[in-house]
Amino acid sequence: MTQDKHASAAARWTPWLALALLGAFPLLAPALGLDFYVGFVRRALIFALAAAGLNFILGFGGMAALGHAGFIGVGAYALVALVNAGVDSAWILWPAAVALAAGVAALIGLVALRTRGVYFIMITLAFAQMLYFIAVSLRVYGGDDGYNLPARPTLGLGLDLAHEPTLYWVVLALFAGVMALLNRATLSRFGHALTGIRDNETRMQAMGYPVFRLRLAAFAIAGAIAGLAGALLVTNNSFVSPAVMHWTQSATLIVMVVIGGVGRRWGGPVGAGVWILLEEFTKQYTDYWHLPLGVLLLLIVFLAPRGLVAVLQRKPRAVIAASPAGATE
Amino acid sequence: MTATLLIEQLLNGLGYGLMLFLLAAGLTLVFGIMDVMNLAHGSLFMGGAYVAAEVHTHNGSFVAAVGVAIAVVVMVALLLEVFLVRRLYGRDHLSQVLATFGLILIADDLVKMIWGPSPVMASAPAALAGPVELLSGLFYPAYRIVLLAAGVAVALGLYLLVNRTRIGMVVRAGASNRAMAEFMGVRVGRVFSLVFLLGAALAALAGALMGPITAVQIGMGEDILIPSLVVLVIGGIGSIRGALVAALLVGLVDTIGRAFVPMALATALPPTVVSDLAPAIAGLATYALMAGVLVFKPAGLFPARG
Repeated sequence: MTQDKHASAAARWTPWLALALLGAFPLLAPALGLDFYVGFVRRALIFALAAAGLNFILGFGGMAALGHAGFIGVGAYALVALVNAGVDSAWILWPAAVALAAGVAALIGLVALRTRGVYFIMITLAFAQMLYFIAVSLRVYGGDDGYNLPARPTLGLGLDLAHEPTLYWVVLALFAGVMALLNRATLSRFGHALTGIRDNETRMQAMGYPVFRLRLAAFAIAGAIAGLAGALLVTNNSFVSPAVMHWTQSATLIVMVVIGGVGRRWGGPVGAGVWILLEEFTKQYTDYWHLPLGVLLLLIVFLAPRGLVAVLQRKPRAVIAASPAGATE
Repeated sequence: MTATLLIEQLLNGLGYGLMLFLLAAGLTLVFGIMDVMNLAHGSLFMGGAYVAAEVHTHNGSFVAAVGVAIAVVVMVALLLEVFLVRRLYGRDHLSQVLATFGLILIADDLVKMIWGPSPVMASAPAALAGPVELLSGLFYPAYRIVLLAAGVAVALGLYLLVNRTRIGMVVRAGASNRAMAEFMGVRVGRVFSLVFLLGAALAALAGALMGPITAVQIGMGEDILIPSLVVLVIGGIGSIRGALVAALLVGLVDTIGRAFVPMALATALPPTVVSDLAPAIAGLATYALMAGVLVFKPAGLFPARG
């Protein structure tokens, strides 16, 4: 997106400011009496990671995958399986989760990417449901009841993941790293080719681009990021159950991306943050927290169809925003 | 495995398939004609089940309960259509998924406010509570037989309506090529409103009938929505015939996965392994079927759009 050259200074330093504030949060939280929210923000960051990955294929690749939570589950259960086998180093656990999720995503992509539109939405959902039922039947790892980690994985380097702020900073660093990579990827030849395929697949095919392979690569990358999010989620909660990969979780991830802004650089993280904040606060005030969130969704669809980031930026900046409808087909 | 058990399971599968058809028929027409992806269809099913259970407890008449359930749900659907769904025409599928997912959240909480968070008891009508001997030694619940009969009757009626009447012809025209149908003078928007209400009525009917044999609880809409979407996709979007074939297929495969595969496995594998594998296979079966169909027919078995 060459428009970035013309982006205002504010747009350029906002992410850095946000990063600095997020980094300082565990230090400031005790003084503000917000200790509890360190774990909360950490969880939000993990979902922001998964949402950013989904936004990459949904917004830039035009692939509306309704099964993304499945890959979170693959990452989570890969970690659990290795921990159960006696591995406790995060240096092995996290990369293994990422690799397995990428592999599973690539396999599913081989089949799913043959379909388009609603059929793609449905086939990704079907595969995620299969993964869900496999997780339910894994009695070794607790089946429906879930699995408790005996202890948090170890990282070495003098970093103790059992120390809450340390885990927070590790998650934040990984989040920042993945966002940097994703932003590079969208600006790269690969990213441009992907956007081209989203907008006109036939034309890209005619120009000689390996359309299927590019889409598959993007799908696997998003799966890998979801796998990392899954591994971090288990590390964070010290617990996992098949509920993490229920289809409503996949729908919620899509909701996050659309709330933030499909195909906008910060759409995924902003949407994830807003959704999780709202969920947390409405839950504090009422048992009926689904209702206001449902109303919010309707408002977003009818009043801010291009997402909150678009509303905040007012001036349409990205080319992508010009064709929100193109993002689904 | 005895023959009676086989027949009993196949009847269960047929009943489940017919109920799925009642939901998928509405979904496939709504989707086929107006290209609207309605995730809240399952919530209409849930509404039908709750209203029927409520009326049946107070009034005692099951027929009245089903009638009231359909009437109430159709009224709700009318409001939805006028104020909401109509505004989703022409929007991308993602917006539709989002808005109707929002409706699911709202519907679940409204039901929770009215009936509370715990499941509601729905009983079968007293006259149909006992089993009936179909063949010598084959006892089958009378209520389930009525369910099968109702499912077959509605499926037949719908088939005739869509394939043999003028309004059905217009519906099919709208589903296969909406723009062309409009050029030919069909008021597709009006037809669609009717189809949406018909779909809501069928969903409510399925909910009211299914109530006594499943749990009437929050989330029951989503639990049946996903298999109905599977039916929709396997059958081919916009095709009633496809929905019927796919619904029966899914009902059959689900029953095979649930009842027969564990039995078959038990002959070859130790029981602990079987008890681990069985729920996975039961859950997987229909989704594997769908993935398999889409690999060979990416637009379903009977695509309505040429």
